[in-house]
Amino acid sequence: MKLREVVKLLNAKVVSGEALLDSEVEYVFASDLMSDVLTIETDNLLLITGLANLQTIRTAEMSDISKIIFARKKKATDEMIRLAAENDMILIECDYSMFKTSGILFQSGLKPVY
Amino acid sequence: MHFEFNVEGGNFSKAGTASSQLKKILKQLNVDPKVIKRVVVALYEAEVNIVAHAFNGIIYIDIDTEKIEIKLIDEGPGIADIELAMQQGYSTASPEVREMGFGAGMGLPNIKNNTDELKVTSEVGKGTTVEMITYLSS
Repeated sequence: MKLREVVKLLNAKVVSGEALLDSEVEYVFASDLMSDVLTIETDNLLLITGLANLQTIRTAEMSDISKIIFARKKKATDEMIRLAAENDMILIECDYSMFKTSGILFQSGLKPVY
Repeated sequence: MHFEFNVEGGNFSKAGTASSQLKKILKQLNVDPKVIKRVVVALYEAEVNIVAHAFNGIIYIDIDTEKIEIKLIDEGPGIADIELAMQQGYSTASPEVREMGFGAGMGLPNIKNNTDELKVTSEVGKGTTVEMITYLSS
């Protein structure tokens, strides 16, 4: 599925990295715990998180994750957007809960990591 | 090649800058992306540990054709029981650290999983030294 479609399904807003909207997504992981995110080895992962701070972006950088959805109405700060842009990431803000966000994407055929 | 980075305890806005630098260096050296990910994930967890627990620290990195050797030396409270600290789920992290998405007792186990050799030594009231080696080809 293209990221563009994900954004549409979630009624979400892209706040950085629109250039990645046409990239494909297959696997998704949802977590607020960055240490858990750091254990995932799957490539080309989409991360759903309710943790919106600089360490979210740093964690994604270390884990080679370039697609992040902030659920639960969490917003990316200017500093986060700057760091994300440096690392060619797309940041998406979504008003739905993590459960609803995950549920919609799961139902649409995106796969869990485990 | 030798690199050194200073880490400031408590400064979460800078946590990860050394790991980020190393990632860029390893990319330039055309290191296998899988190896890069293991090394930087381990270093990032260790860097966050210094920010979360110590007053300050220095990271020494040596890269040769066979391996990446990283030594993190911090000045801080130290670890009284290293075996306990290595257990998944054990943590002494502050609420502030947890708000940053860490502090669930996974840092040291994560480091162990992502390194080929790991040595942690510590003196209570003085500080902790973490030495990790990752080989470029497995």
